[in-house]
Amino acid sequence: MKIPSGFKYSKTDEWFDPATGKMGLTDYAQSQLSDIVFVEILVNVGEAVGADQQVASVESVKAAAESYAPVSGKVVAVNEELAGNPEVLNSDPYGKGWMVQVEGGDASGLMDAAAYTKYCEERVH
Amino acid sequence: MTYIPHSPQERDAMLAVIGVKSLEDLFKDVPARHRFPNLNLPPALTEMEAAADLGELALGNENVRTDLVSFLGAGAYNHYIPAAVDHILRRGEFYTAYTPYQPEISQGTLQAIFEYQSLIAALTGMEVSNASHYDGATAVAEAVNMAYAQFRGNRTKVVLSPSINPQYRAVLRTYVQDMNLLLIGDDPKVVNSDQLSVISPEGLIPLIDAGTALVIVQSPDFFGRIFDLGALIEAAHARGALVCVAANPITLGLLKTPGEMGADIVVGEGQPLGIPLSYGGPYLGFFATRKQYIHKMAGRLVGETVDSRGQRAFVLTLTAREQHIKRERATSNICTNQGLMALAAAVYLSLLGRAGLRQVAELCYHKAHYTAEKISKVKGYSLCFDAPFFHEFAVCCPRPVAEINAHLLEHGFLGGYDLGQDYPELENHMLIAVTEMNTKDEIDALVDVLAEVSHA
Repeated sequence: MKIPSGFKYSKTDEWFDPATGKMGLTDYAQSQLSDIVFVEILVNVGEAVGADQQVASVESVKAAAESYAPVSGKVVAVNEELAGNPEVLNSDPYGKGWMVQVEGGDASGLMDAAAYTKYCEERVH
Repeated sequence: MTYIPHSPQERDAMLAVIGVKSLEDLFKDVPARHRFPNLNLPPALTEMEAAADLGELALGNENVRTDLVSFLGAGAYNHYIPAAVDHILRRGEFYTAYTPYQPEISQGTLQAIFEYQSLIAALTGMEVSNASHYDGATAVAEAVNMAYAQFRGNRTKVVLSPSINPQYRAVLRTYVQDMNLLLIGDDPKVVNSDQLSVISPEGLIPLIDAGTALVIVQSPDFFGRIFDLGALIEAAHARGALVCVAANPITLGLLKTPGEMGADIVVGEGQPLGIPLSYGGPYLGFFATRKQYIHKMAGRLVGETVDSRGQRAFVLTLTAREQHIKRERATSNICTNQGLMALAAAVYLSLLGRAGLRQVAELCYHKAHYTAEKISKVKGYSLCFDAPFFHEFAVCCPRPVAEINAHLLEHGFLGGYDLGQDYPELENHMLIAVTEMNTKDEIDALVDVLAEVSHA
């Protein structure tokens, strides 16, 4: 289970990179979902988003999940590549699989890598 | 004969495993006074007696195969059903098969659905078809669901042509009653005889704006008229709206397909494809669209793939769209299809082939035009509309349609549909349908009786 140390994490399995403002699904989330076949980003560039607002809809071969903004902020970019290549969320969740980029995001309420690791271990699934 | 397969020993063994003393104990949560309600049933009949009773009831039926010559359409049509259709449907593997959730034991069912989907996509000129809906009316409703989902609820208007089948529009209104959607365009105050004759698809264009999710038209429309929808579709697309065309599948063997005209969604009633009239059902809703909308499409979808040994195999695919997985976020509550009827349509289309379907369409077209020509020459009758039609047309009659139909029935004819029932301004307008089943002699006889009735 990959959990990069420089990132922050939400209870709903999103990662946030304070350095770039990018966010996406964690490795844990993509492995639970299995093969992802469809991603729909629900916010547009220029839009203000609130923490915990739904920003994306993800469908895999066996499940459907919502993705939420881990922080509030203004959307400065969305990953257009995902529409045509949803499998990137599985193969490179922390790199090419980024979903939305925001500016002005405050990550202080999120878990660090160690806390998220413990959180994943304690979960019953 | 007992229909419950368990022996008393098996029952006791099962009860022992779950720790229950007797079968009655399983019902203890049902209040005693409701446990065995008095059903007031008559005494049980033997199979012989029951068969006789039902046979007696059935004698009251009159059908279009042996009793009546039908000129009735209005959404369901009397076409010839090749004998092979029924033989294939009645095979136990198809007749009692349930949902193909386990592909490893359902390849036959899945392949049949895949063939059906492929045929519908080809017929409509579209890129993908789902595994079917219950009927034409609910297929139209699902088109609205899809358009609503596609725009994520940001576009809340649906423009409807008033010449869409009234039952489809009523079902649609049931579907959208708690959705934030406005249905406009089919105001009954607009639809009187004069205005109907000038209502064309282009007449809907002024109603389309940036808030419109979907424009729905039917061609042939409820009055049998066929249209080139190119201008309407272009105008709708210019305003960012999607277009749904409800089509009669028999026409698709002859006329330009809605796909070629640029439609985004094509739906319709598949009953003409090898399914009997059956007093209203079961029928078949077909639904086809473009690949870019596939994730917002409701209904089952069968896909072609390879198994772990590299052999071609079929599976239900993109199942995460469906209601049992996406729950309240799914496009629709539907996660089923009309399996046996879809199979009938696939068998029918396979037997006829492209050339056969075209031939059926041509026979319908020419016989209907012959009929219309003859009726228009009878004193007191006239064709109500000028527009080109396929196999159905409205006749303005000298007397109420109900009276004419009563006379026709005495002569063994099932007369046309009384349009006054749905369009109050169209009293004495009869909608007559003609198919390949109507012979020249039958048509000539119909015309004679119509002439007789106008003088009575």
